[in-house]
Amino acid sequence: MSTGIDVSLGQVAAALALVAIAIAVSFWQRADLEGDIGIAVVRSFIQLTAIGFVIQVIFDEDRIVFVIALIAVMVGFGALTARHRASKVPDAFWPLAVALGVAATATLGLVVALGVFEPEPRFLVPVGGMVVGNSMTASAVALNRLGDDVHDSARRIEATLALGATATQAAAPIVRRSLRSGMITLVDSTKTTGLIFFPGTMVGMLLAGADPEDAVRLQLILLYTLLGSVALAGLISIGLAYRNFFTSDHQLREPPEP
Amino acid sequence: MLFELDSVTLSRGGREVLRDLTASLPEGASCVAGPSGCGKSSLLRLLNRLADPDRGTVTYRGADVRERDVLELRREVCLVPQLPALLDGTVADNVRFAGQLAGRDPDVERLLDLAGLGASYAARDSSRLSVGEQQRAMLARGLALEPDVLLLDEPTSALDDDARGAVEATLVDLRERVEVSIVLVTHDLAQARRMSDWVVRIESGRAVQQGPTHDLLPA
Repeated sequence: MSTGIDVSLGQVAAALALVAIAIAVSFWQRADLEGDIGIAVVRSFIQLTAIGFVIQVIFDEDRIVFVIALIAVMVGFGALTARHRASKVPDAFWPLAVALGVAATATLGLVVALGVFEPEPRFLVPVGGMVVGNSMTASAVALNRLGDDVHDSARRIEATLALGATATQAAAPIVRRSLRSGMITLVDSTKTTGLIFFPGTMVGMLLAGADPEDAVRLQLILLYTLLGSVALAGLISIGLAYRNFFTSDHQLREPPEP
Repeated sequence: MLFELDSVTLSRGGREVLRDLTASLPEGASCVAGPSGCGKSSLLRLLNRLADPDRGTVTYRGADVRERDVLELRREVCLVPQLPALLDGTVADNVRFAGQLAGRDPDVERLLDLAGLGASYAARDSSRLSVGEQQRAMLARGLALEPDVLLLDEPTSALDDDARGAVEATLVDLRERVEVSIVLVTHDLAQARRMSDWVVRIESGRAVQQGPTHDLLPA
């Protein structure tokens, strides 16, 4: 597998021409996104450059403890970001942090145990980043749906509680729908991968000069890994978060209006 | 006494909906009557602990409701809410779900009959019923628990006069066929007169009158 590629800052700067198109379109159509596009470009440059240095240090040090620290930081920021998106779910931070942490640990542990990747920073860091990022997106979507559904179905949930059902039984249909919402995007994109779009890892490897067969195989490994981690993160985040809508006496904390 | 509420105060959304309310509800058929927004539905929710009061106590047959296992209490004291809220699936699925919660395999046809729905409704999709039919399916579902007490929150408020009369007849018939106490919440004093032996009148979150219906609401 050949991965040697040199990219100069000049080439990165040249790609900004495409950003100019985006700004021009926004300006022309009065989409009012010029400022946001500018911020996105600056932030992406700073953040990726910074993480590039961090990853370089971790690769040079070649110690697993640095990998664990980096993933822990990602999990923390991921949970904070997803909590903002799932604003209707009370105290969503800890369910999200636990979900992302378990998904990252279990997924990386499994791929190492199964011999898919060596337990080295150069494998664990990028895979860990993808796992946390995708798990965060899926969990945020799932919890967002959970919050909306509990709010919209409060009457039905309370009618079920009124029969002597537990909070778990009353929330079960909503938990199922929310988990599905969180996973469906990745499942659909996995179905259409290679037909409608080329996934990022494969594109990156091809650009770096890798053999297409290697690029495809690595991409498949990552897609399957992500499916598992997203399912795990969705299940854990919803499984913990739905309880926050109920008291320990199986009462809705915010009952429907009479 | 079936229920006793002693100096009960309850807030919702920062507003007091029940204020220092004291009332008794005996075995048999009782009504909690009052205008819309007076707090009568909130009172009903205290009786099977869908909510707990901020202050005061609620007792059921002499014991504080908080001393009971909450799930057992709700299966014994079943609340049928104002607006129908059935689960996805058929009417029979809904009735069986409730029966299973109480550890029973319910006789769906008999329960539908008690609620004034024919056996043909068992296979009907719950989302394709009229409001009146949903209300009866909710009643059948509640009866699957074989409760000692039925709490009915405005069971006819969404119905026209004919359907209201039919539901009232069903409830009268039900009490003759099944040993069950009923606490019915209504804004309609004429309905309270027709359907109950005891009435508690509520205004602005306070019990303003209570006693035998024939004394408080003479025909």
